[in-house]
Amino acid sequence: MRQVAIYGKGGIGKSTTTQNLTAGLASMGKQIMIVGCDPKADSTRLVLGGLAQKTVLDTLREEGDDIELDAVMKTGFGNIRGVESGGPEPGVGCAGRGIITSINLLERLGAYTDDLDYVFYDVLGDVVCGGFAMPIREGKAQEIYIVCSGEMMALYAANNIAKGISKYATSGGVRLGGLICNSRKVDREAELVEAVAKELGTQMIHFVPRDNAVQRAEINKKTVIDYSPDEPQADEYRELARKIDGNDMFVIPKPMSIDRLEAILMEYGILD
Amino acid sequence: MDDRTRLLDKYSARVYKNRKEHIISLEEDASNQSITANTRTIPGVMTARGCCYAGCKGVVVGPLKDVCIITHGPIGCGYYSWGTRRNKAKADEESGNKNFIPYCLSTDMQESDIVFGGEKKLEKAIEEAMDIFDPKCIMICSTCPIGLIGDDVQAVARRTEAKYGIKAIGYSCEGYKGVSQSSGHHIANNGLMKYIIGTGDKKPTAKYSVNILGEYNIGGDGWEQERILKRIGYDVVSVFTGDGSYETMKNAHLADLNLVMCHRSINYIAEMMQTKYGTDWLKVNFIGIGATCKSLRDMAKYFDDPELTKRTEEVIEDELAAIYDDLEYFKTKLKGKTAGIFVGGSRAHHYQMLLRDFGVETIVAGYEFAHRDDYEGREVIPTIKEDADNKNIETISVEADAALFKKKYSDEKLEELKKEMELDAYAGMIPDMKKGYVVVDDYNHFETEQIIKTMKPDIFFSGIKDKYAIQKDGVTSRQMHSYDYSGPYAGFKGAVQFGHDVTMSLYTNAWALVTPPWKKTPMLQGTLTGGEK
Repeated sequence: MRQVAIYGKGGIGKSTTTQNLTAGLASMGKQIMIVGCDPKADSTRLVLGGLAQKTVLDTLREEGDDIELDAVMKTGFGNIRGVESGGPEPGVGCAGRGIITSINLLERLGAYTDDLDYVFYDVLGDVVCGGFAMPIREGKAQEIYIVCSGEMMALYAANNIAKGISKYATSGGVRLGGLICNSRKVDREAELVEAVAKELGTQMIHFVPRDNAVQRAEINKKTVIDYSPDEPQADEYRELARKIDGNDMFVIPKPMSIDRLEAILMEYGILD
Repeated sequence: MDDRTRLLDKYSARVYKNRKEHIISLEEDASNQSITANTRTIPGVMTARGCCYAGCKGVVVGPLKDVCIITHGPIGCGYYSWGTRRNKAKADEESGNKNFIPYCLSTDMQESDIVFGGEKKLEKAIEEAMDIFDPKCIMICSTCPIGLIGDDVQAVARRTEAKYGIKAIGYSCEGYKGVSQSSGHHIANNGLMKYIIGTGDKKPTAKYSVNILGEYNIGGDGWEQERILKRIGYDVVSVFTGDGSYETMKNAHLADLNLVMCHRSINYIAEMMQTKYGTDWLKVNFIGIGATCKSLRDMAKYFDDPELTKRTEEVIEDELAAIYDDLEYFKTKLKGKTAGIFVGGSRAHHYQMLLRDFGVETIVAGYEFAHRDDYEGREVIPTIKEDADNKNIETISVEADAALFKKKYSDEKLEELKKEMELDAYAGMIPDMKKGYVVVDDYNHFETEQIIKTMKPDIFFSGIKDKYAIQKDGVTSRQMHSYDYSGPYAGFKGAVQFGHDVTMSLYTNAWALVTPPWKKTPMLQGTLTGGEK
């Protein structure tokens, strides 16, 4: 079982990428579980066909911890199993603690079955506190992909996340598998992300172009592979899935100084 | 090697560098000696300190008998601060015949309350408290996780006031704030000053009225003080906070004078009341016979009334006559003994005076959470450097209340009085100690053991955390937080009780009579190898 955590700046497309990518892996015949680690609970919407999911924490709160796995786990496209951790409404409580509670409960309920090829953790935003690092602690995800674009703040976040990973990598086994560029059509985007990846000691595993097919599929609560399998964008996600399935480059990232990051942005980010 | 050097001898360079500033050996003239205090404890040393929540809930607001105090957090903080401090209280008419001291109210936060926030549960707890106890005042004390998840206890308090028409105060006294319980005292003082003092209008009945600040009625100490003061004819308006109440505290600003017992935990209120209402404060000490007499005489001098002075002398004479025989007896038992005292932020000073009445010298003393002014006197306050830890604790500033500000004396008269007594001043513990005595700030377990071994005091006064380790070393130990379930020790009768208890402990020091197995038989057995057999 490969356990994979997806991080990246807020709004960069982590949930979209994760679900389209897992749809690709599912069509290769892989058994997959997605654990959404975001209080918004929208990490499984596309594979389950809507926000039908009751979150682990809501269930825990309403029914206590004497619950069955099917109360929180639903199966969707390509037999992908989806679980949403959930969490408090914005501004109250502790979402980070919620993720820890929720993953512990999933383990206790036996969600991690031997037939699974992949478990994906789709984690909210940056690694803001200990709770959001839960998926990469000892015994959980061993590989991480960072979704980014060529935008300054996305790369800034990627570098920050790399810092978090290097901390956990030295004490545990977690490694960075690469950057996934979810294109925002900025200047020399692929080159820039590749340069940043190289500096971090990793790779840009795939460049996912911007395509309105994603938007159309999302409005219909589906992944691109499910909604419009013949679109070129569906092939992009299949390609990403294939690359991740075959990936053998796992590194402890070398986060860079802000000055260095800015220098790279200067070098690639301005078209002359 | 002197005692101080021996205490520090075993420390590594890094620890030594820190601890050497907290331990001083007093010189003939100690006025130039300075001690470091109120700074972070070194991780790993077994300190006797408590936390911010302990200072706010456990010490300052906990003893208020007519207030429902809700510990907002997981159950442990509430449970372990429940009834452990022996702050006695009796229901009386003044406080609406309410006494909640036997109870412990807590929100008992569970994991899902942490995740989803605990405000709703807190409001439910308040509703229950209202249904069961119908208090006039509710206080919410926050524990560590509350600060982390950001429950807004002040907002809950405001909603409580609006909903039930009572007084409600939320304290952000999360345990991790500050370096010790001292931060909690400050936070509690701020709350009482902001929301309670000055809200009542019941005038004192007697000609001269006082508040006793920083008296927590451990073992009934406050009751003994009140008994003496009332005998002289004073009206005790309120006590902060032993056997104290919301109802009496409201009127505290109408008293003529504030008496300050525990300087550390309450000096903020004393100072702010002086600024806002013009009330002077007098540092008193009712622990010790000589100290009690001096405090009573200082009070009489302050009010400057021949009738009051006469009555004061009569009461002193009568009280002294009543205890004379007992006092003389216990003196014969205790004279010439030596003691170590490590407790609180004022007790280590106060009890030296009482011990001296029995001919016992305190050769080593210190506080857990005091600041430099408690050691060296308030005149060092302007020289205390603020650090990040104390900047984290809110300081409130008050202004003179136009309607209520009233100074009793002119500045000239006050200056005269200040020459004779500790008025609006405190000289600290060190001036009452002698050359060669050792002062240790924020003492720890290792240093305690070293003191026992090298300074060999006959009796060691501290708390439950180290009591039994000391006793098993063959040294008598008595708890000065809980008085080992005895008391009161204040005033004249209390002094006799103290003499009795100390004599009892010293002369029945059972542990000293036991020879433990490790002193008779070797604990390790082995043979030397590598050389001859």
